[in-house]
Amino acid sequence: MMSFIRKRAFASLISLILLVVAVFFLSRLTGDPAALYLPSEASEEMRRQFREIHGLNDPILVQFGRYVWDLLHLDFGDSVRRARPAFEVVSEAFLWTLQLAVITMTLVTAAAIVVGSLAAFRVGGFFDRIASLTSLIGASAPDFWVAIVAIVVFSVGLGWLPTSGTGSVWHWILPIGVLFIRPFGLIVQVVRGSMINALSSAYVKTARAKGVRTRPIIFVHALRNAMLPVITVIGDQAAALLNGAVVIETIFGFPGVGKLMIDSILQRDFNVVLAAIMITAIAIFIMNLLIDLAYALLDPRIRY
Amino acid sequence: MTSIDIIPDEPKPLVRFARMLWADKFALAAVLFLTLVLVLAVIGPTWLGEVAQKQNLRGRNAPPFEWERGWLWILGADALGRPLLARIVVATQNTMMVAGGAVFFSALIGTVLGLVAGYAGPRTGQAIMRLADVIMSFPSLLLAVVVLYILGPSILNLVIVLAITRIPVYLRTARAEVLEVRERMFVQAARVMGASPRRIVFRHILPVVLPTLMTIATLDFAFVMLAESSLSFLGIGIQPPEITWGLMISQGRQYLTTAWWLSFWPGLAIILTTLSLNLLSGWMRIALDPTQRWRLEMRGRRNG
Amino acid sequence: MAEPMLQVKNLSVEFHTAAGTVRAVKNVSFDLDRGETLAILGESGSGKSVSSSAIMDLIDMPPGRITSGQIIFEGRDLLKLSASERRKVNGHKIAMIFQDPLSHLNPVYTVGWQIVETMTAHGMSRPQARAEALRLLGRVGIPDPEGSMGKYPHQFSGGQRQRLMIAMALALKPDLLIADEPTTALDVTVQAEVLALLEELQQETGMGVLIITHDLGVVAEIADRVVVMNAGEVVETGDTRQVYRNPAHPYTRKLIGAAPGKGAMHDPLPSAEPVLSVRGARKVYGDFAAVEDVSFDLMAGETLAIVGESGSGKSTVAKMLLRLEEPTGGQALWKGQDLFAMPERQLFALRRDLQMVFQDPTQSLNPRMTVWQLITEGWVIHPGILPRSKWKARAAELLHQVGLKPEMAGRYPHQFSGGQRQRIAIARALALEPELIICDEAVSALDVSVQAQVIELLDGLRKSLGIAFIFIAHDLPVVRDFADHVMVMRKGRVVEAGTVRQIFDNPRQPYTQALLAAGLDPDPDVQAERRAARLAMAAG
Repeated sequence: MMSFIRKRAFASLISLILLVVAVFFLSRLTGDPAALYLPSEASEEMRRQFREIHGLNDPILVQFGRYVWDLLHLDFGDSVRRARPAFEVVSEAFLWTLQLAVITMTLVTAAAIVVGSLAAFRVGGFFDRIASLTSLIGASAPDFWVAIVAIVVFSVGLGWLPTSGTGSVWHWILPIGVLFIRPFGLIVQVVRGSMINALSSAYVKTARAKGVRTRPIIFVHALRNAMLPVITVIGDQAAALLNGAVVIETIFGFPGVGKLMIDSILQRDFNVVLAAIMITAIAIFIMNLLIDLAYALLDPRIRY
Repeated sequence: MTSIDIIPDEPKPLVRFARMLWADKFALAAVLFLTLVLVLAVIGPTWLGEVAQKQNLRGRNAPPFEWERGWLWILGADALGRPLLARIVVATQNTMMVAGGAVFFSALIGTVLGLVAGYAGPRTGQAIMRLADVIMSFPSLLLAVVVLYILGPSILNLVIVLAITRIPVYLRTARAEVLEVRERMFVQAARVMGASPRRIVFRHILPVVLPTLMTIATLDFAFVMLAESSLSFLGIGIQPPEITWGLMISQGRQYLTTAWWLSFWPGLAIILTTLSLNLLSGWMRIALDPTQRWRLEMRGRRNG
Repeated sequence: MAEPMLQVKNLSVEFHTAAGTVRAVKNVSFDLDRGETLAILGESGSGKSVSSSAIMDLIDMPPGRITSGQIIFEGRDLLKLSASERRKVNGHKIAMIFQDPLSHLNPVYTVGWQIVETMTAHGMSRPQARAEALRLLGRVGIPDPEGSMGKYPHQFSGGQRQRLMIAMALALKPDLLIADEPTTALDVTVQAEVLALLEELQQETGMGVLIITHDLGVVAEIADRVVVMNAGEVVETGDTRQVYRNPAHPYTRKLIGAAPGKGAMHDPLPSAEPVLSVRGARKVYGDFAAVEDVSFDLMAGETLAIVGESGSGKSTVAKMLLRLEEPTGGQALWKGQDLFAMPERQLFALRRDLQMVFQDPTQSLNPRMTVWQLITEGWVIHPGILPRSKWKARAAELLHQVGLKPEMAGRYPHQFSGGQRQRIAIARALALEPELIICDEAVSALDVSVQAQVIELLDGLRKSLGIAFIFIAHDLPVVRDFADHVMVMRKGRVVEAGTVRQIFDNPRQPYTQALLAAGLDPDPDVQAERRAARLAMAAG
């Protein structure tokens, strides 16, 4: 197991290094930082000072070396726009996103497993048809459009829910509700397909021959076997949410890391962008490890 | 006289598929709808291009279902009084071109790389897989934002960005399938006959893998459409005066409270298209598999 | 006289399939008493498993439907019971074991948990069930019962898994045990052990055993009475010995006649020039030697059988000859050229001379190619064999030769039966006009009557075309009528080699003797003798 983690960490590290290099050179490619950050009416003297302070007159490789050196000390620099350490800005936003992702994925996973399993138990039955159709529509809906329609109906039309912010429980309902739909649709389909296979397998036949009741057959014998492909999809969806649900966060004014990244890119606040990439990359690495761990826990045949 | 010379020719696949499509009415409806979308994508701009651009200040935000203006205004008009139906029809081309182009290139490149990774030696395979890991570890939306920001938003750049982010999907699937299929007995049988690696990959492995990849590509078409519309919605995708469905939703957002139809109809177009793609993909999964095909052929017989 | 424990009366079952409604079981009746062993004998598609599934309520409805009949067990009609009442019967009063224990055990739970579940599902307390499970594991001969409780099914061997299934089935001392092809996937020596265990346990508990099998040998070994089924109908019922001696129905006669190992043995002509001579062949995976020092000669137009149990390395030898596996050492001279050392380019020209027929035609035929494409592929790869204008006629001729109709060329493999598929695979091999065909367990997946036909076909081809065969099998009787020479392998090494007569009439090595003794003879009297000899050997 340890050597597996080490191997995975090494692979992720390579990706991270590539990311760091890419972000650095992209940030230089998009133009002279002095011209970008300072207002256009700034004097030549101010520009020179700005370059001096930020070491922009040094050769590009020296700048890159300094940048890497700072990173190794977990120093991401300051957010140019917010005049605060970038790491701090990102951590705050990331915590919001993390909460949103965890709550949403927990709800999605629980609901999708129950609905998908029950649909698979009576294939072609009434419940199955309803579940299949809903999940298909759910998986097909553009989330930002659903968000807009939801705002029109629940906030503007009915006046039940606030449109943006994070102040109370009510503020969370719309973002979570909207983010719920697509992963739910996708995961229900996978659960259903996987459960149909598991329920028609030989070991379920054995369980029936043993006189085991229906509920443990579905939720003990079949489900654990059926979960393997499901776990993969859950991981993909969770990763997408951890990257920040950019569009949804923007629409609902949710101060998460996705909105922060987009804003920072548009404002060329690259220190923030870099910190955000690093933190989400690490979060996704940890989550992938958890997914692999879940595999090993679910299926004793898997050994790393 | 013996019956030696009566080997019949292979059955006409077109007739077969038509019959199987007839058996699944949902898939049939999906195919009909997608055909309509495709036709509109081809003829749309030449047919309604002018109408869709012509501003009409008296018809600003005209509500839908007002018959007296003529059928083009049936879905209402936008903030500049341009008929929404015409604009949706015209936007079809860009929407389809971006999604189609991205799916085509990512599927082509991903499949070729996946086949190579699967059938070549372990070292080449590992190198290609690392490449996929790197692409996967970039948050795809972020990658798109950064690249589009640097290169400038255009249809071609959008296609390139979306294609790159989707390559790993095909690469991983193709490789996993090749690794499994190459161990199958019929591949060994082909080797015994002296078949070259190229023949084995293209004649034996690819046909087995292709239906899976086509099914994924259909599903992915829906995904890419949603991604494109998200980018356009964020304002970093297609730029006006070009239009796509995603951009139309974005443009209608500021009139949410007064004219919901501006965003609603293009969203519905997206939903119907992605839903059709999902249905088609589900049908393909059965129709392209000779061992599953009978399900559809049986149903067709009973219906007919 | 009291009522028998189990009475199946006029049972009929239908299935809705692509081809329409299939009556899988038609008016089947039989009965079974305590302490008795009844065998249902039949080939695939005979409906033998369906009737036992009906007893266990394992038929999926739909697509299945029981259209008529009664299943009276201890005075109650099972078909009239509610689902929950039937569940109480399953596992408690009637238990079942299956053909493929690996897939019938849940891969993600420990075997201890699965055995305990049988008992807790019927109300036993967990500690009590655990103690009982431990005892059962010891009883069925699993080493280290305490440690084995926490292991998973994939950590056991095939024979052990079937013992686990038996332990699970017998946990609550059922009155009836249904065994559906319980030894089909096992090696012959393991099969004998498992059948012996079943008999012992039956004597201990006095349960009735209903065994479903395609194998006359199993019937001869274990059954008191036999029910012969064909195409959903019972064609004959009776005492095992009587049915074997005086079969009344033509189908039973055909089945008994098809049993391998009864015909005249070949007498190969002494010394001809060998076409293939293998010396010191070796294959090592890491530290594990799959094949070690294997040498043999094969004469033109002769059949060499390589016999061994799973893990003997017999298939690896075949794969090395065709370079599907790279040999670690040794040489194989084909008409003077070393197959093991040949570069790929040179090998290509020789490919058409050496062909292979695989075990499972379902897997060895590309499912997405038609019969036509399958047969002509060799001609596409080796353009020198046949001009395209003659393909149609030649393909039709080949299909005729293997007993298929040329009209079938447009179909896909899954539209054929198992035996027909193997014929397609043979036609494909013949298309290249080979001089040697290697058959890797080529008939072991087929029904007995089909097996006999395919072997006859192969032997006919050998005689008419002069093709040499290497015939790899785990089953000695199958090679008896067909082989000229036999080589017995075990754990990667050659145990004994000789002419078919030497091996069958005068086996010198103990392993060969054990292999022959473990094989089940279809004749109940012969089998009774063998059993007595085996018991004497075990006691002595």
